[in-house]
Amino acid sequence: MSEPIIQMKNIGKNFGAVIALSEVSFDVLPGECHCLLGDNGAGKSTFIKTMSGVHKPSTGEIFFEGKSLNLTSPRDAIVMGIATVYQDLAMIPLMSVTRNFFMGNEPTKKVLGISVFDHQHANQVTMEEMKKLGINLRSPNQAVGTLSGGERQTVAIARAVHFGAKVLILDEPTSALGVRQTSNVLATIDKVRKMGVGVVFITHNVRHAIAVGDRFTVLNRGRTLGTANRDEITPTVLQNMMAGGEELATLEGSLGGTV
Amino acid sequence: MKNDMTSTTPEQPSQDERVKEMSGFRKALIRPELGSICGTVVVFFFFFLTARDAGMFSPQGVMNWSIVSSQFIIIAVGACLLMIAGEFDLSVGSMIGFAGMSIALLSVTLGWPVWLAIITTFILCLAVGALNGWLVIKTGLPSFIVTLAFLFILRGLTIFAAIASTSKTIIGGVRDVAEGDWLAPIFGGKIFTGFFQWMGDQGIIETFERGTRKGQAVVEGIPMLIVWAIILVIFGHWLLTKTKFGNWIFASGGDAQAARYVGVPVNRVKILMFMFTAFCACVFATAQVMEFGSAGADRGVLKEFEAIISVVIGGALLTGGYGSVIGAALGAIIFGVVQQGLFFAGVESSLFRVFLGVILLLAVILNTYIRRMITGEK
Repeated sequence: MSEPIIQMKNIGKNFGAVIALSEVSFDVLPGECHCLLGDNGAGKSTFIKTMSGVHKPSTGEIFFEGKSLNLTSPRDAIVMGIATVYQDLAMIPLMSVTRNFFMGNEPTKKVLGISVFDHQHANQVTMEEMKKLGINLRSPNQAVGTLSGGERQTVAIARAVHFGAKVLILDEPTSALGVRQTSNVLATIDKVRKMGVGVVFITHNVRHAIAVGDRFTVLNRGRTLGTANRDEITPTVLQNMMAGGEELATLEGSLGGTV
Repeated sequence: MKNDMTSTTPEQPSQDERVKEMSGFRKALIRPELGSICGTVVVFFFFFLTARDAGMFSPQGVMNWSIVSSQFIIIAVGACLLMIAGEFDLSVGSMIGFAGMSIALLSVTLGWPVWLAIITTFILCLAVGALNGWLVIKTGLPSFIVTLAFLFILRGLTIFAAIASTSKTIIGGVRDVAEGDWLAPIFGGKIFTGFFQWMGDQGIIETFERGTRKGQAVVEGIPMLIVWAIILVIFGHWLLTKTKFGNWIFASGGDAQAARYVGVPVNRVKILMFMFTAFCACVFATAQVMEFGSAGADRGVLKEFEAIISVVIGGALLTGGYGSVIGAALGAIIFGVVQQGLFFAGVESSLFRVFLGVILLLAVILNTYIRRMITGEK
């Protein structure tokens, strides 16, 4: 297998007296989908925030393409090619897909010596990038507000990929979606992975993770419970690990094994 | 997992199967200008029927409502871009009074050259605009409150300055001192005067039959006020729709946090838009002072609301992020044509305010409906 794009070694993070993360190791290979699972409060968000430059780790090291990396801001991470699609997406519903796609990175051309927004180019790129991920837009000028939740996720993902993401961190992209939209987003993740991007897929839904994941890392109370390959694990084991083993067992008993 | 979700696979149709049903009518509705285009047509049609005989569409009549509309347009362009960027400026009216008084005091009372008075005033206004914007950004208060404070501060200062220096609230004599000045005609002059005189001589338009101006055309030329209005509309529309900065204006008003997240300099955009609004108010004031030859401490009262109403009639959302400069200009034309048209039609002028209130209400209701349609809110 090829070299990891990003490697997080023994990452620890303390907020005052609270130990949010301790000794977490994690890496992402190009073209794989590495799922980060964990219950609420397990430290998933803190962990991806250290990866995307929001938090500085208290201990541990980050290597990017083999070189030691010291992230000081989210901007740094974006420049390196570590893109994060957060749950709130950073999309503006009233603006067109193209205007959202290029927000902050508008392509320009010179008209009579003055630089103007190159709408034609922008529309074309937007349509192409969306098509690559399997979404045929009615028009690049349609407002993002008219898109479904899944399509919005796809726009955000396509935007990150277009602007050079090598590692794409998706923070619970399926948590607010219905069944069909979820399957579309999972299909999108699959396509992005095939483009050679390393995907970090954060979720607490084991079924979603199993559907696209190549490797799985489970966090529990700020510690990693290990990383497993796809062929080494079953959904039930993952589910139990996430819930911390015994607690789920009692719960399962009372629910008659429906969880 | 299917990797082909295009419409060629009917068993897994693409996500937009439902929104695809959007009719052409609904599509047209979400263009911000639509309401104001219809409004303009209706208004012209109405007055063409009712006020044509009163001379509303004679050269003089056209010039009359064009000037009034142009005044509204000038301040509406500024208010429009600012509103799309997500902020309000309620100090526009007071800024007009302040700028006019500043020009008159500096040139007439202090004896400065008029061009210097005008340039100094523009710098002052831009500084106040920047201060407005800076306060809004730094305090995080609604711009409504911050600029409401400046509505009173600027008006008070204007009256105080006029009374303290000349013990009058109206300062005249600007026209005399502006004689021969190079900058004043840019605001108070007229263009194409030769062409209009020629049209008068040829009998295409009427000429004065008696009096001191006998033989001159009834319309001397196109006032610079109208030229400014046209330039500002073209500039504003171009800036908003054709440039990178325009995208930032939409983004700042649509969702400032999301815009910041992708690197849009939201603070800079908003402060610049406050300054642009101040610039527009200053253009209005300068043209008015040059036309009247005087400045009054009470000039521009309620202009901020007239600007905002024009913008709202033009289809912009009060909450920001959506709107059109062309729409705002049409809103201003509706405003001007109705105000003058009622006069030509001989309707009691107080009814104008009733009309204004009604059309404002309708516009806001329509805009809210359109917003729901775009964003899919219920």
